[in-house]
This record gives sequence, C-alpha cells and structure tokens, in this order.
Amino acid sequence: MSSDAMAIPAAGTVARPWVEVLHEWVTTVDHKRLGILYIVYALIFLVVGGIEATIIRIQLIRAHNDFVSPQVFNRMFTMHGTTMIFFVAMPVLFGFANYLVPLMIGARDMAFPRLNAFSFWLTAFGGLLLYFSFLGGSGLYGAGNAPDVGWWAYAPLAAKAFSPGHSSDYWTIALLVSGFGSIGTAINLIATILCMRCPGMTLNRMPLLAWLNLVMSGMVLIAITPLSAAQIMLLIDRYLGGHFFDTQAGGSATIWMHFFWIFGHPEVYVLIIPCFAFMSEIIPVFSRKPIFGYPVMVGATVCIAFVSLSVWAHHMFTIGMNSYANSFFAITTMAVGVPTGIKIFNWLGTMWGGKIQFKTPMLFSIGFLFQFLIAGLTGIIMSAAPFDWQLSLSYFVVAHFHYVIVGGILFAVFAAFYYWYPKITGRMLSEKLGKLHFWLFLIGFHVTFDVMHIPGLLGMPRRIYTYEPRPSWETLNLIVTIGAFIQGVAILVFVTNLVLSYFKGAIAGNDPWDGWTLEWSVSSPPPAYNFASIPVVASRRPLWDLKHPEDPDSRYE
Amino acid sequence: MSAVTTPISGSSLEWKLPYRGKVGMAGLIVAESAIFTIFVVAYLFYLGKSLSGPTPREVLETPIFFTVCLLSSSLTIHLGSKELARGHRVMFRIFWSITIVLGALFLFGTAREWHRMIYERGLTISTNLFGTTYYSLVGLHATHVTAGLIMLGIVLLFSLADRVGMEHAPRIETLSMYWHFVDAVWVVVFTVVYVIGR
Repeated sequence: MSSDAMAIPAAGTVARPWVEVLHEWVTTVDHKRLGILYIVYALIFLVVGGIEATIIRIQLIRAHNDFVSPQVFNRMFTMHGTTMIFFVAMPVLFGFANYLVPLMIGARDMAFPRLNAFSFWLTAFGGLLLYFSFLGGSGLYGAGNAPDVGWWAYAPLAAKAFSPGHSSDYWTIALLVSGFGSIGTAINLIATILCMRCPGMTLNRMPLLAWLNLVMSGMVLIAITPLSAAQIMLLIDRYLGGHFFDTQAGGSATIWMHFFWIFGHPEVYVLIIPCFAFMSEIIPVFSRKPIFGYPVMVGATVCIAFVSLSVWAHHMFTIGMNSYANSFFAITTMAVGVPTGIKIFNWLGTMWGGKIQFKTPMLFSIGFLFQFLIAGLTGIIMSAAPFDWQLSLSYFVVAHFHYVIVGGILFAVFAAFYYWYPKITGRMLSEKLGKLHFWLFLIGFHVTFDVMHIPGLLGMPRRIYTYEPRPSWETLNLIVTIGAFIQGVAILVFVTNLVLSYFKGAIAGNDPWDGWTLEWSVSSPPPAYNFASIPVVASRRPLWDLKHPEDPDSRYE
Repeated sequence: MSAVTTPISGSSLEWKLPYRGKVGMAGLIVAESAIFTIFVVAYLFYLGKSLSGPTPREVLETPIFFTVCLLSSSLTIHLGSKELARGHRVMFRIFWSITIVLGALFLFGTAREWHRMIYERGLTISTNLFGTTYYSLVGLHATHVTAGLIMLGIVLLFSLADRVGMEHAPRIETLSMYWHFVDAVWVVVFTVVYVIGR
C-alpha cells in the first residue's frame, strides 16, 4: 500500500476542488471508475424501485385501500419492473463485470475504454429519460405521465390509441437507448476477455467469473437486440403510423409478445449468469477448496445459454398456442433446469468437505443456493402448460419470479458487495452490520415471498390495484406487506454499512479473504493502471501458486 | 507488496491473442444480425396479410443493377484493404473510392425506388402492412449502408491527407468486415423482399 494506492483519486486523502473531481469522474474511461459509476447508479435506482414496490405493497395491505389511485398503481408497477430490471440489475452486474474482469484476467483496462464510457452514459441517460416521463410524459395531451402499460407493454395497450401522450414513448426510448448501452458493454467484455488476457491465462485457466461473463455477453448480443428491434417497430407504429402491432390493419398483437419474450426470457439468464459467476468465485474461497467441476461448470453455462434461447413462449401458454408449441416450450423449459441443477451440485460439491467460513459473503451465497433452488422448482412447476393455464397472471407467478430475482440475483449481488467492497474501497464492510443485514433481509424475504405464493394459488390476479374483502386474502396480503417493510429496514442497514464502512471500516489490505485470483494481488483500491507489470499465470489459482510455491496448482495441470 | 503484483515470472511463453477490433466487430455483427432477423421474421410473418393494396407484386421491381453494385463493392473493399496491407497507398485509395461510389449508387437506387413508390404508387409506411414492413426492413438496411458510407468517407478523407498507411491495415480490415456484413444482409433482404415476397 505504498505509492501504488496514491495513483487512485484517493477518497478523502487529498482535498481538491470538487469541480475537478466531478470532471474526472464524468470524463473517466477507467474501467474501475466506470464500474463504480454503474454500481452507484444501480444502488440509487434500487432505492427508487424499492420505494415504488413499497407503494404497491401499502396499497394492497388491505381490501378497498385507497392509498394511491388505480392510475398511479399502474404507473408504479410498470416503473418498478422496468427500473429493477433495466436500471438496477443490469447496471449493477455490468458494474461488477467492468470492475472485476480486467483485474481478474490480468489486463490494464477493457478492450475499448471509450466505448465503455459511452455505454455507461447511454445507460445512465436511458434511466434519466424514463424518470423524466414523470415531468414530461403528459406532453400536449394532458394524458397520464409515467408509463403505465406494464413492463412488457403488450400490444395494443402501448398503441397510440390506448396510450396517448408520450409516456409510452419515454418507456420505449429509454429501453432502446439503454439497450444500445448494454450491447456496447457486451461487445467490450467479449473483446476484453478474448483479446486482453495476461500471458499464460488460457481459456482453461480463466477465472469462472470471466468465463460466465463471456457467456452472458454473448447472450446480451442475441437477446437484448430483439427488444431493440421490437422497440423500433413500436416507435414506427406510434410515430409513423405503422401497423406492426395494429390488429385493425392486419397486424398482430401476438407477435409483440413473441418479440418481447424472445428478449424477456433470456434476459433472466443474462441477469442470473453473472450471479452464478459471483457464486463460483465466493463459495470456493470461503470453503477453502478450489471450485468443483470447473469444465462442467463452463459447459453447463454454455448449455443454459443455448437452451434458454428456446424457452420464451412459456410466458405465453395462456394466449392459445397449438399443442405442439405448448409441448415444445414446456419440454425446453424443463430441460433448462438440468444444467442449472448441475451448477447447484457443483457448488455443493465445492462446499462438501471444505472448511466453511461463515462470513457475510458466504451467508448470502448459501441463501442464494437455497432460494435459487426453490425458485427453480416453482419454475419447473409452471413449465407444465396446464398448470400454467391455472396460475398464469396470478400472484403465484409474481412470487416465483421475485424468488429468482430477489432470492437469487439480489442475494448474489449482496454477496458480491461484501466480498469485493474491500477491494473497491480499501476498507472492510462491518461484519456485525452485515450479519444483521443478512438475517433481517432473509426473514423479510421469506415472509414476503413465501407467503405470496398462497394468494396466487387462491386465485389473486397480479396487477390489480385492490380486491374484495376476503379474510384469507387480507391476512396474507398484510403479512406480505410486513415482510416488504422488514426488507426495507434491511436495505437501510446495508446502505448504512456501505456509508459507515467507507469512512470507518477496518483497513482491508490487498487480500483480506486469502483469495486466489489476480484482483487480490494488487493494492486495495487498485492503482489506475492495475498491474505495475503484467502478470504471468500458470494455473487457475495464480495466487495459490504464489503463496504455496511448494505445492502449486500448476503442477497438476 | 509490489512483489505480489507479478505472481509468476514464468518462462517466456508464446502468447498471441486475437485482434480486439475484429472481435469487437464480430460481436457487433452478431448483435446486428439478431436485429435484422427480427425484422426479416416480421416481414415474412406479415407477407400477404395486408388488408388493402398495393401488394408487393404490383409495385416492386427487382433492383438487379444496384444489387450488383453493392455486392461488387464487397470485392473492391477487399482488394483495397489487401493493397493497404502491402503498403500500396494509391491503389488502396482507388479501390476505396470505387467502393464508396458503388455504395452511393446503391443508396441512389433505393432512394429512386422509394420516390417512385411514394409519389407514383402511393405506398407509404402507413398505407398498409406491406408498406410498414417493407420500408422498415429496407430502411434499416439503407441506414446501415449510410452509416458504412460515412465511415468509409472518413477513411477516404484521411487517406487523401495521406494519413492511412500499412500500420492501419487491421483497422481497415475491421471496417471492411462491417461492409461485408452489410452486403451479406442485402442478400437476405433481397431474397426475402424481391424473390420470396413477390
């Protein structure tokens, strides 16, 4: 921690004019700073999206509640979904990928630093555009402001006739713009991983985080782009009088669904694969064992990527496809569970017989394993088309995908925060607050989303702003809302921890977890140039080799 | 702790990775292919579903000449970048200019066709489903040709200032990858719109 650390815009050490600091951050092309920008940006939107979720839950706390109007309720669930997927989950995962991939493969930056900055700002302005709709959405028509057509904006709801004003346009353009940002980042990650690895780091020796982000980026290229294409069509319909989704002129509302879900389902895997990547780095370190089944892990990920491209219409069983299509999509959906199961066994195999350390990152990882398994199982339940006919558009579905996104993705992201925060800031997050955060969030999560399955099974539809007073529904909704508040408190603990530890946390040093990958070989935070001299690696765990010259991994390759 | 930054100062091993420009462009091409695929699928799905005229058979004329222009520009750009790699700057400039002229001719062909269809046949993007899908698919491709021409034009300006040399050959090849892609897409669009679509 000598002169290396000074190269970083060291927080709080040198007082400089804030304009200068701001200018540096706005014009930066450094992958680490852009990674931090992505992450901070996502955290802000996490709070915004969380507030929207809270409004939804307060409205549903009892029957015939009038906390918000039905119109506002529609805006809230639309904005909540859009925000959480496009402006929380995507940026936070891109942020970590940006920060970690070059460090882990021994590179000094991404392949295209300026494209990197461009992609970030596209995403950032996309999010601002979406929220500007609250001010500018009514346009000349005095119609509703923020988008209220649901996060999937089914035709003809999003058509000009049914969504006058500009609210849907803000939604469309925000997603189009941030989509281009995602494509740019994906291209950048692919080029970085394929062309910037340090000497000795063959594809076989790459950390799994890099491998999985490579696969994720490949999926972004073919999964986000259909959404971009569909958004262009929607714009043509709305502005140029086109008829793509206009049933009055022979167009088809169903094809919008197809285009949306060709994006929408792989998107789930775009989000979960980087979380698999976090797990594959964190679980081995806290089990004190190398990852179990590295090649199988890579193979299973590639397999998921392929299979997940052919499952999209399981979101559309209720629109009345023929039986061949129903069977096809039911079978592929069940099949995608197989490689996912392989991964879960790999992580369990890594933990098996290891000296497990129950630090906060590991606690969140174990939470992830358990909840992601349950989420997968309810997914398999609904892949059976007849069962889906019964439950589609009910709260069972809402519970299922929140189990994936909160119980899976968010838990993994929290694990990543606790694991890499010391590297990013140079200080440890408080273990005490971390454990409090974990247990509060775990309890809140299960109170909310375990219980939420039941009103779904009882027939409560999603997206209703209120319901008739029925004893069972009211009690269950009350419990769900209480759980949401517990989660909110846990998030506050988390934010407190982030802020407090930034100033008061224990100094981390280079390698607080006794890790094995290259990012732990440099100072915390790393210098702007990452590596004073480009490292050379001879195995999958270069730092193990360095720490244990008597028994290096490279001997067994 | 600086010793840690070089984990293993290993043997001098052979280490060569692909050129990042080409990999990046390949990524862009994959992404663009997916966008075009969606538009092509929409075109095919809506074939014959228009509720009113005009139909493709009534208004479309196969643009053979301009297609030949665009496809042969793939050859000239290839020859141009090969010349540059050998260090022949003048030959590069000539082939590059021919490529731009051929691309511009193609765009002129599209513009003429659109003008005829809009003013003589009364087909606009909002007339019927055929208009919507035709103008958006062909327009998407024409947008890509335009973007390509702008990039080619910038290179030509640099080349006229004698700033493009052998050391830029990998970048020029990256750009020509894009141009080949635009041509390949036209083969698909041509087949779908003018062969299958009629």
